[in-house]
This record gives sequence, C-alpha cells and structure tokens, in this order.
Amino acid sequence: MQAENSSAQRFVIQAKGLVKRYGGLVALDGADFELRPKEILAVIGDNGAGKSTLIKSLSGAIIPDEGSIEVDGQLVHLKSPADARDAGVETVYQDLAVASAMNIAENIFLGREILLPGLRGKFLRMIDSKKMYEQAEGFMERLKIGIKSIRQAVETLSGGQRQGVAVARGAAFAKHVVILDEPTAALGVKEGNMVLDLIRKVRSEGLAVVIISHNMPHVFEIADRIHIQRLGKRVALVNPKVISTSDAVAVMTGAKLASDLPKEALAY
Amino acid sequence: MINTIKNQLASHSILGPFGALVFAILFFSTQSPIFLTPHNLSLILQQVMVLGVLAIGQTLIILTAGIDLSCGMIMVIGSIVMAKLVAVSGWPVWMAVSCGIVISSFIAMGNGLLVTKIKLPPFIVTLGMSNIAFAMNQLYSEAQTVTNLPSNLTFLGERINFFDGYINYGVFLFLFLFLLMGFALKYTAPGRHIYAIGNNIEAVRLAGINTTRLLVGVYTVAGFFYGVAGWLAISRSGVGDPQAGQTENLDSITAVVLGGVSLFGGRGSLFGTFIGILIIGCMRNGLILMGVPSVMQILITGVLVILAVTIDSSRRQS
Repeated sequence: MQAENSSAQRFVIQAKGLVKRYGGLVALDGADFELRPKEILAVIGDNGAGKSTLIKSLSGAIIPDEGSIEVDGQLVHLKSPADARDAGVETVYQDLAVASAMNIAENIFLGREILLPGLRGKFLRMIDSKKMYEQAEGFMERLKIGIKSIRQAVETLSGGQRQGVAVARGAAFAKHVVILDEPTAALGVKEGNMVLDLIRKVRSEGLAVVIISHNMPHVFEIADRIHIQRLGKRVALVNPKVISTSDAVAVMTGAKLASDLPKEALAY
Repeated sequence: MINTIKNQLASHSILGPFGALVFAILFFSTQSPIFLTPHNLSLILQQVMVLGVLAIGQTLIILTAGIDLSCGMIMVIGSIVMAKLVAVSGWPVWMAVSCGIVISSFIAMGNGLLVTKIKLPPFIVTLGMSNIAFAMNQLYSEAQTVTNLPSNLTFLGERINFFDGYINYGVFLFLFLFLLMGFALKYTAPGRHIYAIGNNIEAVRLAGINTTRLLVGVYTVAGFFYGVAGWLAISRSGVGDPQAGQTENLDSITAVVLGGVSLFGGRGSLFGTFIGILIIGCMRNGLILMGVPSVMQILITGVLVILAVTIDSSRRQS
C-alpha cells in the first residue's frame, strides 16, 4: 500500500529465476516475470519457449524446481491450482475447463458452491441455489456477456460465449490476477473481438490480466506490455505501441536480440 | 427456435423414458384385465425393489462416466454374509446386516481405488471384481444356499395391506432410498460434482475438487446400496442364494440406460432410473400375464437397450 504512488515498482506478480526441468529437458531456464497492477500483459513465444510452463508455475499447476514467486508482495509457494486461487490468481485454461451439460451458474460456481446457512449447508452440503443464480446473473451482467439465461447448459452456447463464461468465472473470484491461456484461439473474428472486449472489462474491474496468445494482431490490439519468452527465459519486455510486429516476432524467434531494439521499445 | 426445442429436449431427457412407460402400461392394460389392478401394480413394485436399489448405485457410477459390472455379485456377498452370520453364527440381526453392508461397501470401494489410483478402466476393474466376488460367494457359502433364516432378518419382505393390494416394507425402503439419493444428487455440492466429473473430470480437478476422493466415495456409496439390495434379496426370497445376482449385473445397467441416463456420463437423473426400473417391471409382469415366453422378454429388453443407447449417442453428437 505504501508504494501506491510508485506503481511502476509494485508488482502483482513477480517471479524470479524460475527453473523447471523435465529429465534432461530444461523448460524454464531462470525465467523472470513481472506483472503490474491493472495491466494487460501478453506472453508470447515460439513453441517450446516455456510459456505454458511459466504460466502453469504461476497458476499452481506445476511446481518449479527453483526460483521464487511473489503475489502482491507476498512470497508464495503454489503447490496446486487451489493454492494459486487462494493467493488471488485465477486461470482460464485453453481447453475450456467447463462441464458442458451443466448450466452457466453451476459452471461458474463449480467447486465453490454457495452452501445454505446453518446445518443444512455445513453437514448436508446443500447448495443455496437462489443466491448462486443471483450472483452468477450479476457476474454475467457486469461483464455484459449476452446470454439468455443463467440456467442454459454451457453446451448450448457458442464458442465465444463459452469462453465468456470461463473468463467471467475467473474474474468473479480473482483477487489480483486472471490468467488466460489462448482465449481467442478457435474463435471467429466477431467472437474473438467479443472476448477482447471482455478482457478489457475485466481489467477495468481493477484486475491485472495475463494472456498467452499466438494471435499477434490480438496481442498488439489488447496488450499494455508484451513479455517475450525464448528458450526458457524472458528475453524482452516490450511496448506494443512502439515495437513493430515483425520486430517482436524476430526477437521471439531469435533473429534479433533485445539489445538490437531501440531503447523506447523496451518496457521494463 | 430449433435450438430452443433442442435444449428443451436435452434437458428433458426424461420424456422419452416416461413416454415408453406410459405406452407399456396402456398396452398391457389392453392385453390383460389383471394388469392395472392395485394388487398387480403393488406386485410389480415388490418384483423390482431389489433391482431398483442396485440401480441406484449403478446410476451414481454411470453418472461419473464409469460402469459397474460387479454390482450383482457384490450384492450377493452382502446377502450371504448377512444370512450366514445370523443363521449359522447366531449374530444379532442388526449386527449381521451392518456387517454385510459394510463388506459390500468395502469391496465396491476396492473398485473405486483401482479406478482412481491405478487408473484402470471401470469396465475392466468391475469385470474382474465380478469374477472375484462370485468366487468369494461360492467359497464362503460352500456353494450352499443358506436357509432357515429367522423372520426378524427377512421382515422387509413381509407383506402389509396397502389400499387394495399388498406391499412389503422393502418397497418403502426402496422408494425412500430413491428419494434420498435423488435429492442429494440435485441439491448438494457433492451431488453436482458427480455430474461434473461425468462431464469433464479435468475441469473438476482444475476447480480444486479432489476427484480421487469423490470417485472412491461414489463407488463406496454404490457398494452401500448393493449391500442394502442384498438384504432386500434375502428378505424377498427368504434364503441366501449364492447363485443369485448374475442377471442383476446387467439388468441394473439396462434400467439406468432405459431411464435416459447417458452411458457417457454426466447426464440423466435418478428419477429417470426409477422410470427405467418401472419399465422393466411392467414389461416382465405384462409379458408374463400375456403368456409370452420369458426368452421373448429378454429379446425385447435387448432391443430396448440398443434403442435407448442409440438415442443417447445421437443426442450427444448433435
């Protein structure tokens, strides 16, 4: 809190020197990661650059062998996705972790159902459906995801709407950060734009957003900063307003070094 | 518009089974004047109560996208344990019944542990367990039917007057267990998680739910129902029969499928299974009243199962 006015120094997530080895393969080789409050940070990198390993380390899905992670200034040891969520980091996975025959509200509250007060909730684990549906309705309205009914089965929704539900779920419970893995993959132009709008709304709610994407136009449209991952390390942190797409891709593939870029393109 | 209709149909998967039940009742009542009498209808309930309680456990497992081919055999272990402990060892009834139910639950829990910890397919695990349980039955009972059961062990089979017919206490237990479990599936968090597991187990894991514990729990609770079914079986027949349970293994799956519960998991309801149980009961009873040979009943049941699975899988693909 004391660092309110020097927000450039304050990070919602700060990871230092993350290392993850799978046998002889080094997926993360001393990777750093910094996320500022209320920013949209895109993570890009070639296949095998270690971006999913990096993101999984931050979301508790894997445990790095070395390195430290701080969330909101607190050193954390994330041993499971539940730990990450408790620390205020929500992740929306690429394969859309939804139960398709279940309705929107049930999906939003999966594993976090609101239970009835008193003994019925505590011992019988009975769900307070009324409260749950009301709150789910509220989330969807706030994020303006156009759906007819909160009781609709997720399988009846379009791909974009489904992604909307998954993002709403993350945003509803995140205290600090929502991580989105390829949120616009497999979506049409219109639906992709809808999801981008949704991401901006999530940010305007005061959350920081990390998006992993291969879609360069989307990355350049939405990101405040771009983290470029290569060979298990962060090789550059760049400003999309200054750097060109081709330069970003060049750094990503190793055709250019970060030191070749003009100073103003960097965004540390 | 078409989507709305599809949604309605998908969410009301009970309509098909319900229609089939109504059709069966109407058809048999035109074929036999006895069919629709209170006496006959209460008889149908008595005839399906054992299968019904088994099918509760089977439904729970199928909802998680599993299957249990050992339920009938586990039921028989429960019933032989109860019968022998009372008739041979002279245990008090409540202790023998509890012991039978606990043993059934433990064996079923073994299924759950193999499925979750060693990650074997439920089909194979329960097929193996079915054989193991059958052999255990034969060894423990020395392949002898246990007779001379005291009436306080089999009181669930006692008949009482009910409107114009007779009904036994077991039917009330069967109906009560259906209501209880139906309620739990619909209104409690673990109940919803069972559905979610059948839909997308990875999503449930990522949502921070301990899927291993939940699945082992489901198999164990199913075993509890198999044990209760074993108690109903000895109450109804009056003996502990080690040869029983062989047709019930598959019949319980038939009931679940006829009730519109998806074999792929995550869809359907216990009320559907209840309808499925009634369809089987009405068909057996009605066909007997019509004098149709029992081999035809088996044939018709087979056709219905294939039809039900076809509907289920085409609904999934659309």
